Amino acid sequence: MIDRGSRLTRVLTFHVPLWGFVLLTLFPFYWMLVTSLKPDRELYNVAMNPILLREPTLKHYRLLFEDTPFVRWTVNTMVVAVVSTGISLVCAVGAGYALARLRFRGASIIGLIIFTTYLIPHTLIFLPLAQVVHMLGLANSLWALILTYPTFLIPFCAWLLMGYFKTIPLELEECAMIDGASRLRAMWSIVLPLALPGVLSAGIFAFTLSWNEFIYALVFLSSPETKTIPIGVVSELIKGDVFYWGSLMAGALLGSVPVAIFYSFLVEHYVGGLTAGAVKG
Amino acid sequence: MPAVSHQIALKRSNGSACWWLLAPLERQDLLAYVLLFPSLLFLGVFVGYPFLFGVWLSLSNKLVGHEGSFVGLANFLANWESSIFRQTVRNTLLYTVIATILRLVFGMALALLMNCHFRLKNIARAALLLPWIVPTALSTLAWIWIFDDRYGIVNWLIVHWGIAKRGPIWLGDPTLAMMAIIAVNVWRGIPFFGITILAALQSVPEELYEAAAIDGADRLRRFRHVTLPSIMPVVVIVLLLNVIWTFSDFQVVHVLTRGGPANSTHVFSTLAYQVGMGAGRIGVGASIALSMFPVLAVVVLVVLIRMGRRD
Repeated sequence: MIDRGSRLTRVLTFHVPLWGFVLLTLFPFYWMLVTSLKPDRELYNVAMNPILLREPTLKHYRLLFEDTPFVRWTVNTMVVAVVSTGISLVCAVGAGYALARLRFRGASIIGLIIFTTYLIPHTLIFLPLAQVVHMLGLANSLWALILTYPTFLIPFCAWLLMGYFKTIPLELEECAMIDGASRLRAMWSIVLPLALPGVLSAGIFAFTLSWNEFIYALVFLSSPETKTIPIGVVSELIKGDVFYWGSLMAGALLGSVPVAIFYSFLVEHYVGGLTAGAVKG
Repeated sequence: MPAVSHQIALKRSNGSACWWLLAPLERQDLLAYVLLFPSLLFLGVFVGYPFLFGVWLSLSNKLVGHEGSFVGLANFLANWESSIFRQTVRNTLLYTVIATILRLVFGMALALLMNCHFRLKNIARAALLLPWIVPTALSTLAWIWIFDDRYGIVNWLIVHWGIAKRGPIWLGDPTLAMMAIIAVNVWRGIPFFGITILAALQSVPEELYEAAAIDGADRLRRFRHVTLPSIMPVVVIVLLLNVIWTFSDFQVVHVLTRGGPANSTHVFSTLAYQVGMGAGRIGVGASIALSMFPVLAVVVLVVLIRMGRRD
């Protein structure tokens, strides 16, 4: 009796709320999937239970691929995410190493500046930045994103990598230098390999951050074929008050899948990075 | 002597033509400046300069395609006279306070649940992080359709469960639309709170709990006197970061309502976008965006001080 009672309590106070959270979390994604597969007569049928799907169709996906530049948006998003992540990692490894291991004048103030830029929201500066992008002749080109995304990727990655560099004992490097290796050599072949997990975490982060970026891409790009997925789906599939719901949800799902897969393989690193960044600071 | 020759030998061994070029980098300070230069260049050109330029724009009457001229604080004064701007200030504050509190409460609950052992924990954790991972603009699209007054699931449930004969027009009513915006923001923000607080919970030393248990503290007391004080520093930082992010948020409002109906759900960023990009009044738009600065500056300063103290 007691055992059964306590099991019931556990179900009520633990399993119900926990799986309730999971259900609420996942429902919008299920909703995307179901909507993207429904024929219009089911989508716009008030009598039917909207959770159910009777006759699935790929019509909305066909429209997405044939009548919109969705493939192009995917390529754009990928190119921007990969290149800006690459640039940011190179910069951030240097910055993180310098701030964590080298002694120089102005170290603390430079560290403070880099950390502060991490906290500056895009929406505070997007209007003047659009003017700057225009002046540099980058408007409506993917370069506008490739060159501006590092501004929020570098501070985050540098901050995260600083933590990793600090955990590597200074003696390792000193030994190598006593043995005659130059500082650059010691950095390249001793410190960097040990910090690779950190570089990987930073890379995953940077990739998802640039994949998801919205306002810069919205403001800097205007022609349909230069857009990224989030902007393209939101702006090209909503025409005035007309929403192409099936294709919208198809696009939303396909735009979410790559980051979801990417991160599910590396969820341990991701959580490690998230907590290293947010908690250890 | 042998040691010296050994060193020379090693130096020669990596002595290529560019060795002379790299030699100065053996000095710590020079190397540091060289390594930091690219990062600082990016931040200077694309953050520092735009920020200062934005201050100038906010003090000018610049329009798209026209040179602006200095107008002093005219934009800020005109904003304050505008009822839409005042509504925007109220909305942003309401949005930030309510969404952050709800994120904290649910995130804390989630972290406490996830701190237990149970089957399928890894799957649950991966699933729970999804809203934080996927592009917000895209998940918000699904929410528009969830809230749709005719074909959405929310209103279907309201009718189906007999709560009302007809569900409300969620995104067509100022108050309900604001509630919807907050709901989506909370849905998206819970995982970050949950996961960071969970990490903090797991770093509380087991001995503290044992000691408290020996002293006869019950579960509630242990939570209040051991758990809470230990995770507080993390909770405060996460809270402050979320205040910054929600206060300056753009995507949820832009996608869900575009500030409508009738400009009733704008926050600073969406109003700045509508005025600066939509209407081309860049000076006024910049002044609206810059109106976020005082609050942001205070919160950022608090974050910096707290982080500095922990180092």
